[in-house]
This record gives sequence, C-alpha cells and structure tokens, in this order.
Amino acid sequence: MKKVLMGNHAASYAVMLSRVQVISAYPITPQTQIVEELSEICADGRLNAKFLKVESEHSAMAAIIAAASTGVRTFTATSANGLALMHELLHWASGARLPLVMVNVNRAMAPGWSIWSEQTDSLAQRDTGWVQIYVEDNQEVLDSVLQAYRIAEQVRLPVMVCYDAFFLSHTYEPVDIPDQEIVDRYLPPYRPDLFLNPKDPRSFNALVMPDSYMEIRYKIQQAMDRVVTVAEQADREFDAIFGRSYGLTEAIDCDDADTVLITTCTTTSPARVVVKNLRAAGKKVGLLKLRMFRPFPVEALRRALRGKKKAVVVDRNISFGKGGIWADEIRGACAGVADMPQVFGYIAGLGGRDITLDTLREIVEEVETKSKPDSLLYWKGLKP
Amino acid sequence: MLEIRFHGRGGQGAVTSAELLAQAAIAEGRYAQAFPSFGPERRGAPVLAFARIDDHPIRLRQQIYEPDVAMVLEEALMKIVDVEAGMDERGLIIVNTMHTAAELRERYHLKPARRIWTVDASRIALEGLGRPITNTTMLGALINATQCVRLDSMKAPLDARFGKIAEKNFNVLKRAHDECCAGEAR
Repeated sequence: MKKVLMGNHAASYAVMLSRVQVISAYPITPQTQIVEELSEICADGRLNAKFLKVESEHSAMAAIIAAASTGVRTFTATSANGLALMHELLHWASGARLPLVMVNVNRAMAPGWSIWSEQTDSLAQRDTGWVQIYVEDNQEVLDSVLQAYRIAEQVRLPVMVCYDAFFLSHTYEPVDIPDQEIVDRYLPPYRPDLFLNPKDPRSFNALVMPDSYMEIRYKIQQAMDRVVTVAEQADREFDAIFGRSYGLTEAIDCDDADTVLITTCTTTSPARVVVKNLRAAGKKVGLLKLRMFRPFPVEALRRALRGKKKAVVVDRNISFGKGGIWADEIRGACAGVADMPQVFGYIAGLGGRDITLDTLREIVEEVETKSKPDSLLYWKGLKP
Repeated sequence: MLEIRFHGRGGQGAVTSAELLAQAAIAEGRYAQAFPSFGPERRGAPVLAFARIDDHPIRLRQQIYEPDVAMVLEEALMKIVDVEAGMDERGLIIVNTMHTAAELRERYHLKPARRIWTVDASRIALEGLGRPITNTTMLGALINATQCVRLDSMKAPLDARFGKIAEKNFNVLKRAHDECCAGEAR
C-alpha cells in the first residue's frame, strides 16, 4: 500500500511490521514522532508489544537490553544528546551480543542547542560494537529497519539505522508499506538459542578476567566481519521479495570517472542530480553512496575507487582536530593500496545547514582546480 | 517543478495543507514532497510549510528559497512576513482576504507585476466548517490558479484525513476554487 509518510512514521510502520515485542523510549526532537506513533499503534492493538515509558534514554536502552536478554525483539529510537546519554549502555548491548535495533535521527550535538541535522552524534558511537546504516529516503528508512532485524538476529549484534533530522524525519514523501504476510516471510519470529529466563535466575557479565576478555572482543570482531556478507544477503533476499535493494554502497557513473563524489544520507539525493548535470556537461564525474559505516565496507569502496584520480567526500559531521569522519575512514581504507585516488574532505551542512545543488557543484568545481589536497579538510558554506 | 510555500500560524494546519496536496499529486502518479519549516513551532506564531510537485522524482533536500507560489492563510501575516521573499516576477501570491488584489498591492507595497489571487477563505470556512481554519479551503484557490492537481484528486486525501468531516472540507475547498479572484498584474 502506497502512503505519503514522514520519515519518522516510515520507521514506526517498519517496527510494527517487524512484530517487535518490547519498545522503550524517551522523547527527543526530531525522533519523538517515531515512538509517539508507535505508542498509538500499541494502544489500538495493531502491534502486540509492551511499550515501556522511562525517565531517560539511558533507562530506555537499559530496558530493551533487559527485554532482549529474555529473547524478545526490541526497539528504541533517539537523537543526539539522547544517544550520548546511552553511550555506556551501547557497549553493554553489543558486549551481551543482543540484536537490538535502534533508529537514531541524526541531530547536531549541543551546545549551541540545535535540533537540526548532523551525523556527529552517531558517528561518535563508532567503537561501541553497533552496526550502523545511513539511509537516503523514507522508503529506505522503512526497508532498512526490516533489514536491520534480519542482520542483527543473524550475527547477534545491535544495529543502528540513522537518517537526517527534518530532511527525512519531518518530510512527507511516498512510501510503499508492504503487507504483513510478506514481511513475515522476510522476517520470521525471533527465536534465539540462548536467552534468560526470569524464573530461573542466573548472573551474567560478572567480572571477566584478562584470560578471557580478549576472546570476547575477538568474537565481536568476528561477528562484525560476517556483517558485510549477511547484510548483502539480507539485501538480495529483500530484493527478491519486495523488489527493492540498496547494497552497502551504490556506485553511479563511476566506471569511467576520474573524480568520484562520495556522499551519505540525504546528501546523496542532490548529488545524483549534480553528477547527472556534470556528466551532461562532459565531465567524468561519478557518485558513490555509502550506506554502512560499521562495519566499514572497505572492499566495495576500494573496488569503486580503483584507478580514479580524485575522491571528494562530503561530511555533515566533524571530528575536531582531524576533519570529516567519513573522509578519514576512506583515507584509512585507501592507505597502502595501489591505484587509490587523492581524497578531498569537505565539511558542509553542519547543524542542518542546507546542502544544495550549488553546494555540491561548487565543491566539485573547486576540486577540479587542485591537483592534490593541501589540507585534511575544507569548509564549504562557512560564513565569513 | 512547482514549489509552493505556505504562510500560516502554528495551529492553522499549513503543514496539513502541504501534506494533503502532496498526497493528491502522488495519487495522480506524479512526484511530491511536503515538509514543515525545519525547526520549533509555536501555536499562533508565523510558520511555514512547503510542497514540491514534479513529473520526475524529486531529489532536492533543501528548503524552498524561490517559490513559484506563496499561499497566505491569513492576510494579517503580510504585515510581519515578507511573503514575496525569494520570488521572481512570475511568482504568484494567493491570499485569504476580504480585500481585492489591488488593495493588497497598495497596502503591502507588493511588486507592480506581482500576480495576486484572492479568496475570502475565512468566510467560506466559517460558513462551511463552523470555524475559520482555512488550510483545506485555500487549496481550492491554489488548484484553480495553478491546476497543480485535479480538484477530484483532493477527495481521497481529505477522506483519509478527516473522515466524517471530509465532505465538508471538500465543499469549502470547492467553493474557494469557484469563488477565488485572479488579480491582474499592473
């Protein structure tokens, strides 16, 4: 059924269709509408889930960690400062190997107090052991949440689905909502081998001595290594059932390109137009959309960039003292590999500033004038 | 692509207007986007909402800076908001007012060439809905002025949104469609 939905409600419908059993959340703009809609969906019986109201994001994450430990499918959503408050528990979730799914609506960190889009909040959770997916439009929001459960439950790691505040969260656009029975085919009930039984209490996560901690970390890394294959498989099966697929990366017009623009989230949409226009003007420019941050899709990235002269990364985030976070990851993935391009890193759109067609076109034109980067980062759209 | 900016006050349903319009366009097989001004909103304060309609998929992820149409849900907003902002000379303003286009042009110093359509949407809404909420009513004038969607295409979105009072909302929309006035540019 085709509906016109805001991104937040696309997420809510995905959670409903995933037959989630426990939801816990604390409201924060621009996420609130996701759980607001879910509370109605639970109240009117469309979803038979327990909706736990809590006093903070820290408690919301703790609640779904506990719930998931008993072997049920769970969900929460947050943004920015709410995610930061969860930080410690993010480690607990992955360390306990729980297949949680969370939506993070990317919002700039305060201060200055901001409710607008920026990815620094979730990218800063890089090392918490969560799989991270970044999506471009509202259909991809819905589809990625469904895929997230598939991935999480196969590798037993939590998955975060991230998308831009307002540009998706509050924007209405057409979304195809699949039928429940078709989703059920894609996402069977969650039946873990291992789970806690409250009637048979045990103690877990007690002190782990140096003789075994490292092996636990090794197994988390092994699980992360499996994610690329599992996620690609989940995407292929999604395509077979729903007729849509995304890949972990998407390369557009890259084959004969000299310069490849690299984007994530909604920045990819105008970049599609800009690259098409530059192509029409005879320029050998391609576009690479990155959809997964952890694990980082190193192989697909190298394949797409092999033999190119320049890679131009647009980052709506910043790691102070270094630069754009995606650019940094890309440099790392290219280092020491033959035939990799020069990487130009641009910071743009922080705190929800628009990234327009002109922003992206001017970035590409600026890079055309440079043979190699003379800085780790360039600022675009900065006021004098 | 047609880009529309709605000027209203928080609580007047400007975002709903944009959303309903997008639904109608999409049901016709076209592409559309609707969104509020990005940020906090207060009841009664001036707010913006936006809609884009196109025959091709819409890839823009930015606010609308140069609208083709500005919908003014309440004339008094023109005292405090520049409803012509970003518009080129072809831009169209559609105002809920008791006054004529010529009067508005003079009172608010609008550009001489500005196309202005007027409709007394508050009166139509009061008579048809019992309260002066003009967000659905004003869509009738927009449809007449731009033909951006078919009048009948509004029925399904209104039904889905308003249920029992959908028909009343369609009736006021239709009345605004029939009663709005095209003001000649000078």
